[in-house]
Amino acid sequence: MLLWILQKLTVVMAQADSFMPTQGTEIAKSVDNLYAFLLVISLVSCVIVIGGMIYFAIKYKRKSANDVTAYITHDTRLEILWSVIPLILFLFVFAWGWVIYHDMRTMPKDALEIHVTGKQWAWTAEYKNGVKSTEVVVPVGRDVRLILAAEDVLHSFYVPSFRLKQDAVPGRYTNLWFHADKLGDFHVFCAEYCGTQHSGMITKLRVVTQEEFDQWLTTESEVSTLPMAQRGAKIFQTRACASCHSVDSPAVKVGPSVYKLFGDTNVELLDGTKVTADENYIRESILNSQAKIVKGFGPRSAMPAFQGQLSEVEVTALIEYIKGLK
Amino acid sequence: MAHAAHGSNYLNAEKGLWSWLTSLDHKRIGILYFISVMSFFLLGGIAALLLRGELFAYNAVDALGKTTGQLLPSADAYNQILTYHGAIMVFMVIIPGIPAILGNIFLPLQIGAKDVAFPKLNLASWYCLMAGASLAMFTMFSTKVDTGWTFYTPYSIKSGTAVTTMVLAAFITGMSSILTGLNFIVTVHKLRCPGMTMWRMPLFVWALYSTAIIQVLATPILAITLLLLAMERTFGVGIFDPKLGGDPVLFQHFFWFYSHPAVYIMILPAMGVISELITTFSKKTIFGYTAIAYSSLGIAAVSFFVWGHHMFVSGQSEFAGIVFSFLTMLVGVPTAIKMFNWVATMYKGSIEFASPMLFALGFLFLFAIGGVTGIMLAVIPVDVHFHDTYFVVAHFHYVMVGGTLMAIMGGFYYWFPKMFGKMYSEFWARMSWVFIFVGFNVTFFPQFILGAMGMPRRYFNYIPAYEPLNRISTMGSWLIAIGFLMALYTIINGLISGAKAPKNPWGSKTLEWEADSPPSVHNFDHEPVVTAGPYEYK
Repeated sequence: MLLWILQKLTVVMAQADSFMPTQGTEIAKSVDNLYAFLLVISLVSCVIVIGGMIYFAIKYKRKSANDVTAYITHDTRLEILWSVIPLILFLFVFAWGWVIYHDMRTMPKDALEIHVTGKQWAWTAEYKNGVKSTEVVVPVGRDVRLILAAEDVLHSFYVPSFRLKQDAVPGRYTNLWFHADKLGDFHVFCAEYCGTQHSGMITKLRVVTQEEFDQWLTTESEVSTLPMAQRGAKIFQTRACASCHSVDSPAVKVGPSVYKLFGDTNVELLDGTKVTADENYIRESILNSQAKIVKGFGPRSAMPAFQGQLSEVEVTALIEYIKGLK
Repeated sequence: MAHAAHGSNYLNAEKGLWSWLTSLDHKRIGILYFISVMSFFLLGGIAALLLRGELFAYNAVDALGKTTGQLLPSADAYNQILTYHGAIMVFMVIIPGIPAILGNIFLPLQIGAKDVAFPKLNLASWYCLMAGASLAMFTMFSTKVDTGWTFYTPYSIKSGTAVTTMVLAAFITGMSSILTGLNFIVTVHKLRCPGMTMWRMPLFVWALYSTAIIQVLATPILAITLLLLAMERTFGVGIFDPKLGGDPVLFQHFFWFYSHPAVYIMILPAMGVISELITTFSKKTIFGYTAIAYSSLGIAAVSFFVWGHHMFVSGQSEFAGIVFSFLTMLVGVPTAIKMFNWVATMYKGSIEFASPMLFALGFLFLFAIGGVTGIMLAVIPVDVHFHDTYFVVAHFHYVMVGGTLMAIMGGFYYWFPKMFGKMYSEFWARMSWVFIFVGFNVTFFPQFILGAMGMPRRYFNYIPAYEPLNRISTMGSWLIAIGFLMALYTIINGLISGAKAPKNPWGSKTLEWEADSPPSVHNFDHEPVVTAGPYEYK
């Protein structure tokens, strides 16, 4: 166990520069600078207090029961000194914090506004053009303001990489803003306890280029107005389902074909059992592909599990699309 | 009563369970508290081990969608155990811990009194704690509460579990806390023996006195808040539910208006114990007696005005956040003063590494870390990142466990000879310290890093990046468990086969050591007369 711990510690130390997550914004950098300063003065203070304690403990270790000790009741100058120095330090970091907090909480004008609603247990981002998404997609290099609301209980929108957190409160709006200057996907956690699946209330904040953002917004907006089956067809393309599953012939690509799949009462699985390809079968196969593997594939499915990746509406649209492949 | 009879003391003066359950002797009531609080601690500790066990088993889903292992049956079970761990440890262990056990027994002894001012109220407060605890335990057998110990609305209004019963349980244990506080304030003012002026009181008494003021002033706020919550659940009164025109953030204001001062209800008595231990085992008078006494009162006063630092991201106004951050910095100063005073007390002393002193040194070590991380959390933009992450979990465990629990253990080993008239095995007491101290750091230090990495608290499951540190943390919790088992063995072994304790085994100067070990029913044969301060090691 000891070796295991040492080994793991080494791994952890090697990643030491990533103790704080990637800095996705300028504010994240300024928070980290303040944090680094706090770490240093904390370390110095601990060395003084703990070091002093250890030094005295060793130096003045009891030699005999009759040791004579000094009789020192107090020292006013020393006491004033160690009251005033901490006070000055505390007020200094308070003021520094205030400055950063001011930037953090001053909402920029002309920011891109996105409404984000928390409900047990998912986030929904809604854009001005009516697009709704379970992931928050934002353009890089632009001020973005999120207006938070909660449908049922408290949630908290937390992006570690942006050092940002704000509770979403039922019955009122709260907000936060950021200016992402790094492309990539960042975790969004729910940080305020909200019940059973609190720890599963995770989504992605995707920072993309302005062009990608505009394109995404247009596509999503077109998709949302299409009839169900056509929307399913779009998702089938964008989620790259089409690269493994053929839709116009029984031919096998990487995975089984979905052509004429719906309603088949004779789908043979790996263990020989036969199932009917109804709505629930297809749903399960999308969300958890390991559950039922078709004979001739496997032993493990290479398909990723889409649990938590697709919204309820998207899964239904996909099923409608597959129904129509005759 | 033949209290002069040879060998008669408070433990053997009367016999039988009934004599204990109806005893008005502050020392016996202290023992009743000791037995009950330690039982609650065992329960809360088992809950903690289960939580850490679940986080060790790492219920993440692998790349191919397979669940890799899970200890608890469900996320709901985890949330329930989390709630009971918090509620038991806060309301039934840490809050009553030092005042009700050590304070009950030693406050009257240290000021040369025969008992507390209101012995019947004292017993009543124990029954309140037991009634509240029984009600809380009862909910474990009905629908287990899953709100967390903070009962945040609107979740606590919507939750289909036994929240109302649990809230009433906390209400009743609060009553116990108020009665104890009231009793101590009056005892300190009215029952000091001749010569025991306020400025000759031991610092443990000062700490208990400051704590008692907070208990009496703050606990009623919790009581009314919990009643409002119960009314909202039962009758649909719209105080906190926005659907009925209420405000969920108001609940947080009410809750922390009590629960922040409550943090000092938990730590001030611990600071008092540490002052006693450091002077005794350094054989030296305390450095800056007046500063320490005033800093206790200062902390008690300012602690009422910092509650909003729990709510920097709750939606309270930015201005309020800044004011609360500023006031929090002020409350940090008296705490820092105490730390420096304790270390200065050791200067040119004669330091004995007896087990109580080891716990006191452990306290200084852990509380220093708990303190500096507290300042970090008071700086708003840093808190915005750390709030509700494992950084906060680590911070308050360093303060509550590293601080209060270390002081409980140290104080208990220190006063054990007086309480029971027996000595314990020094070897096993030291071993328990080694395991608790090392285990504590292995458990909680990695949690600071997890928090910096962004892992939110109250998470049943986590992303793979958090796995290694969570595993180390869980291993540490096993070391702590071994440490406490050793402590339990030390106590039982001491009670059964410990050598007879002398009157004053540590060479302390405070008054309780002039009573017999264990003390007689009336504490002192003659009313003591005090002529000097409490720590005159000349």
